[in-house]
Amino acid sequence: MKQFDELSLLEIVDEVKDGDLIGIPADYSGVPMMFTKELIKKGVKDLKLYCLPLTTIQGDMLIGSGCVSEIEAAAVTLGEFGLAPRFSEAVEAGHILIKDSTCPALHAQLQATEKSVPFMPLRGVIGSDIQKYRKDWQVIENPMKCSGHKNEQILLLPAVQLDVLIFHAPCVDKNGNIQIGRRRELATLTHASKKVFVTTEQILDIDFFDNELSAATCLPALYVDGISVVENGAWPCALPGVYGQDNDEIKKYSIAAKTQKGFEEYMQNYLFN
Amino acid sequence: MIELKREELLISQLADLLVNDKHIAVGAASPIPGAAALLAKEEAKLQNNRIRVTILHSNKYNNFTDGARELFDCAAQGRIDTFFLGGVQIDGEANINLVGTGSYTKIQKRFPGSFGSALMYFVVPQIILFREEHSPRTLVDKVDFISAPGFSDENIYRPGGPKFLLTNRALFKFNKQKKRFCLLKIHNNESLENIIKLTGFKFDVDDKITNMSIPNKTRIDILRNKISYMVSEFYPEFADKIWGV
Repeated sequence: MKQFDELSLLEIVDEVKDGDLIGIPADYSGVPMMFTKELIKKGVKDLKLYCLPLTTIQGDMLIGSGCVSEIEAAAVTLGEFGLAPRFSEAVEAGHILIKDSTCPALHAQLQATEKSVPFMPLRGVIGSDIQKYRKDWQVIENPMKCSGHKNEQILLLPAVQLDVLIFHAPCVDKNGNIQIGRRRELATLTHASKKVFVTTEQILDIDFFDNELSAATCLPALYVDGISVVENGAWPCALPGVYGQDNDEIKKYSIAAKTQKGFEEYMQNYLFN
Repeated sequence: MIELKREELLISQLADLLVNDKHIAVGAASPIPGAAALLAKEEAKLQNNRIRVTILHSNKYNNFTDGARELFDCAAQGRIDTFFLGGVQIDGEANINLVGTGSYTKIQKRFPGSFGSALMYFVVPQIILFREEHSPRTLVDKVDFISAPGFSDENIYRPGGPKFLLTNRALFKFNKQKKRFCLLKIHNNESLENIIKLTGFKFDVDDKITNMSIPNKTRIDILRNKISYMVSEFYPEFADKIWGV
């Protein structure tokens, strides 16, 4: 029997329900753009984006397309190409709820779920306005006698479990193990998600566990619910080690999306041509 | 005399602040700090010294293999000496705002967000604040939102914090005891009066205030012939704009 479920892209899209808390990988981790395109076409609503720790064009497109009600992130940006215009406008207009966070807190909340503990402590953050507006976070005095500092105030973050995660990977082996290289935050996201689907450039007829190097850089199939081969699946974002970001396209988007009208024209072309 | 770009002067000025470091890390949207860190590293090599540089947005110049959280774990362990932070607004007590202007619940202009500043500012010994625009709208009396505070109470773990603030007009040093910036250097074409006018917060002026130093030919050669190509790997737009590579 085949050791994993090979799905079509649309079957993966159907696994995402309105209102889901969905994991969003950073621009350096393998952004599933082809999947995102189909998700927008389907007209999914009220998504809650959990960014690890930031999002670029993927989050901005989902927001501009009206698919998002809430986003938890440390940043939403187009990087060298400036502000994420649909995100900024949606926050300014109060159309989406932003749960402002900071990178290590977004990691720590998922790490709590990885370990199946209810919360995770984190240093820093106290005294910032990020903390002030996060009513789901708590500060306690360090209860430990033998570690840390006496009387030290420390922040506690709740464990967060994602409903669903989709990311794009360079390759998968014949048993459904996913090559993630050094992008270990994909493992953190995966471990903390109820359902995980992967789009990939190709399925190879080898076993990553035959070789120590490839075994060390793969995500075991046991965490993954389905895989779909989607060539060029991260475009125009980069796929680390395979292809770079299409700077011309991101620039084109950054200019078009400055207005909702320009965004809609861009998306018409992007989604259907 | 060689004609220098403003960005090259800033890179050179930042590199001067990095000579005693063992490990410099550079985060998002930071081509000038990235170039400065690599320049400091190349110059250290010539002196038979070793500086490690981790550029987060690079595949090649990135020492981490344990995912995006490793930067924060590494910094919290005290293994990073210098990190750079920016801000939509920076105030006179070195509070930084990367979130937006106006009140948070009714934001006027929304910016990307706080990134990792709310931890890095607390744990990295030398934080260099870098914001090119030097104006009353960027250097303010009080920030509209505190992404990370300039200082903390005694009962908060805080080995790190602000050391310098560099803009395209001036270099300030932060005095932790006085909770106040002190002007150290100004750009060659700048006057103290103008700096005072363009700075939204009050600051001290160092007795030995000088102009920013001009890089020598050796440094310019390293920057243009070597660092430029390294930068093009992770900030292609910037490298193309400044050096045409």
